Amino acid sequence: MLQVNGKEYAGVGKTVGNVVIEMNFDIRTIAVELNEEIVSKADYDSTTLKEGDVLEIVSFVGGG
Amino acid sequence: MLPTKEEFYEALVERHGRKNQEKFSKATVAICGLGGLGSNIAICLARAGVGKLILIDYDKVDVTNLHRQQYKANQVGMLKTYAMMENLMEINPYLQAEAYSIILNENNLQDILKEADIVCEAFDDARYKAMLVNEVLEKFGEKYILSSSGMAGFGSANLITTKKLSGRFYLCGDGVSDVEDGIGLVASRVMVCAAQEAHMVLRILMGECEP
Repeated sequence: MLQVNGKEYAGVGKTVGNVVIEMNFDIRTIAVELNEEIVSKADYDSTTLKEGDVLEIVSFVGGG
Repeated sequence: MLPTKEEFYEALVERHGRKNQEKFSKATVAICGLGGLGSNIAICLARAGVGKLILIDYDKVDVTNLHRQQYKANQVGMLKTYAMMENLMEINPYLQAEAYSIILNENNLQDILKEADIVCEAFDDARYKAMLVNEVLEKFGEKYILSSSGMAGFGSANLITTKKLSGRFYLCGDGVSDVEDGIGLVASRVMVCAAQEAHMVLRILMGECEP
């Protein structure tokens, strides 16, 4: 199991890009941190998730 | 009669304490976007005596901005950078500030933001918010980035919080109230969110890194 936005998620072996798509995030409006380190958008599809990883996907909404 | 630089500084010391004020006065903070968030953040930080502000916005003041942004009716049509400089200098004539009337992007931000200790994301478009947060965290190992997401509408102001997401990344807002849902932006709620960003800037500068 890994943690995505504070909840358990069955994603070991998947890539960051897989999880972003599965959870229906819009890649243009997110920032992703894996174990508190930013993941570059260029690396979403090559970053594979391991047991115990903590993924935070921040999805921005408009307004300011 | 304007207060002298020394009088101005000592008044800040009286309110904030000398140690804190020394830290604020030495700091450089970039404010990316000078709309409802950025104009309010800039005024908070100028009043608090942050030493230098880097102000970035390509847009002009529009009559539809006046309900929540810190501009005046007689500034409609002016570049926001210029109008904000004018307003900030009236508040704190000893502030150092530089302004860029450009669209901040992946190609120019490294140069424009290089001096900043802390970067405040204050855009309105979700894609630009995401771009800036990604770029600052990827390209600058040492800088803090404070961002806001979710402050539209008349919902409770108590839902707006500051969260620390990782070592250098803080997020203010309620996370969900999207202006795209047609709920509009209201001065008071946007100001709560702007004040949270500005307040977190001061806390980080003091060495208090928890929200």
